[in-house]
Amino acid sequence: MTSSSGAPAIEVRDLVVTNGEVTAVRGVSFSIPQGGRMGLVGESGSGKSMTALALMGLLPMGWSTRGEVLHDGVDLAKLSDKALSSRRGRTLSMVFQDPLSSLNPVRRVGDQISWVIRHHTGVDKRTAEHQAIAMMTQMTLPRPESLMRAYPHEISGGQRQRIMIAMALACYPQLIIADEPTTALDVTVQKQVLRLLNAAVSERGSALLMITHDLPIIAAMCDTVAVMYAGRIVEMGPVRQVFRHPRHHYTRGLLDSQPTMDNFALDGTSRLVSIPGMVPPLHALPDGCGFNPRCPAASDRCRTIMPELTGDTLKSACWHPIARVDEVAAQ
Amino acid sequence: MNVSPFPGDSRPLLEVRQLNHAYPLRRHKLFEPRSVLKVLQGVDFAVRRGEAVGLVGESGSGKTTLSRMLTGVEKPHDGHVLYDGSDVWSGTPEQRQLFRRSVQVVLQNPRSSLDPRMRVGTSLLEPLRSLKIEGDHAARVLEVLDQVGLTKSAMERFPHEFSGGQLQRIAIARALMPGPKVLIADEPVSALDVSIQAQVLNLLKDLVRDLGLGLVFIAHDLSVVTYTTSKVYVMSSGKIVEVGKPLDLFRAPKAEATQNLVAAILTVELGLSGKAFA
Repeated sequence: MTSSSGAPAIEVRDLVVTNGEVTAVRGVSFSIPQGGRMGLVGESGSGKSMTALALMGLLPMGWSTRGEVLHDGVDLAKLSDKALSSRRGRTLSMVFQDPLSSLNPVRRVGDQISWVIRHHTGVDKRTAEHQAIAMMTQMTLPRPESLMRAYPHEISGGQRQRIMIAMALACYPQLIIADEPTTALDVTVQKQVLRLLNAAVSERGSALLMITHDLPIIAAMCDTVAVMYAGRIVEMGPVRQVFRHPRHHYTRGLLDSQPTMDNFALDGTSRLVSIPGMVPPLHALPDGCGFNPRCPAASDRCRTIMPELTGDTLKSACWHPIARVDEVAAQ
Repeated sequence: MNVSPFPGDSRPLLEVRQLNHAYPLRRHKLFEPRSVLKVLQGVDFAVRRGEAVGLVGESGSGKTTLSRMLTGVEKPHDGHVLYDGSDVWSGTPEQRQLFRRSVQVVLQNPRSSLDPRMRVGTSLLEPLRSLKIEGDHAARVLEVLDQVGLTKSAMERFPHEFSGGQLQRIAIARALMPGPKVLIADEPVSALDVSIQAQVLNLLKDLVRDLGLGLVFIAHDLSVVTYTTSKVYVMSSGKIVEVGKPLDLFRAPKAEATQNLVAAILTVELGLSGKAFA
């Protein structure tokens, strides 16, 4: 990765996202260095998407944040809507899950990309169009000149998502937030889109925050990973270390419930390990550790006192962490 | 490998033979002859009692159209759909009635396939009512809830009170109500969280073993299919391009469509090795 000189691309301190009744994000802190790549993993209801929306200032009506979001020398959480709006697409940008609902259906895709460029850099229309075509070429979109004139409904899902990535990257942002960028795509194009995103982010030296429930994507794209559960980060550290030697039981459970070709199916009797129970709803979070009702190691302490995130390179929030194995293999 | 608990029962329970189907496309000129999109071309497919069969392919390959034929929702232009040896579309009303209750479906997203304004208990009774099945309905509901690992209290509640995994169990329970012999599951876990997926996959596996159901498992995720089934059909452009045991198929894929699907697999190990995009 590129050198991590100077201030981090983003630093989040004790972020809380609440609508007064329920709290979706309960004190989340992390930072991503310039050019760094962090994965944020969690299941639905874990608060990962709300974290992303809070960073972008795009929370739904009625939701508010506490805490600090430091980016490019300012606290995004304290910026006015207008100031934030001038940053979105320029210094930080986002790729959403469903490109069909996030592209404007009545405007040609080429115009949408070149608009972002003109809006933020003030170049003339022709230059912006040239840049848009260059972006689309980089995204390996076929015949970009004619595709410029297409409407979102006229192109395939994979092409639409590549247009979204082109828009997000057009102004060389310091940070790109990608929220489940390939979940809505067909399997055979998922990997291709990830490969393009990977290359384009590297080339620009942008930092990446990859939000997904898909562990293999994080393994392939990120250097660090934060695992979220019930609104908190329960484990965070270098991807290799977290995935090879997790210390939190939730991370272990997630890894074990991944079906992989190698560890089953040789006989018809093998069974997948599943985490019993379900993610607790926000209005009925348990006391203590959020994972305690589903955890095999839960004790009385887990049911009463919330564990803090502790550790050096690998941080985990667990009263009874999985024993640390010899970490020679971690590197 | 898989020893069937129902030996000697090698006759297909649900089968399609030489199925062809096409949908007309939009005209571009007023008097132009309509062109057609051939969605199924000479498809042969069979599932036996106690057998779990996978059906994989990219979107647009014809998987869903084939599932519509297997469930009798749509009539093929050409070819035969056979249930227990008799043609579904030319049989007697009694045979058709038997087919209707014997083949049931589980859809991808239980949040949209269950009526949000209907209590779960009522939803479960719907199939019995619409298929005019007599008997002790209350006892049947309890029996089926038990089979999918839910308690009696579920009956009184509404779909929004459940998590995705529980709802998919309810959808499976509803499909089991009429006592089907074949279950057709169209992407049953792709809308679920990873930790919940495993629960539902294990449940489907148990049902195949314990009830001797035939399972048609439609999915795009090869590892999930490998885990659940003992035989896989690969579809591409309306044709079955490869059939085999899942592991053989995915270790040594022959057809281009299978190779593409295998190349698309991304695992944690592959990601960590740094060769994911090689």
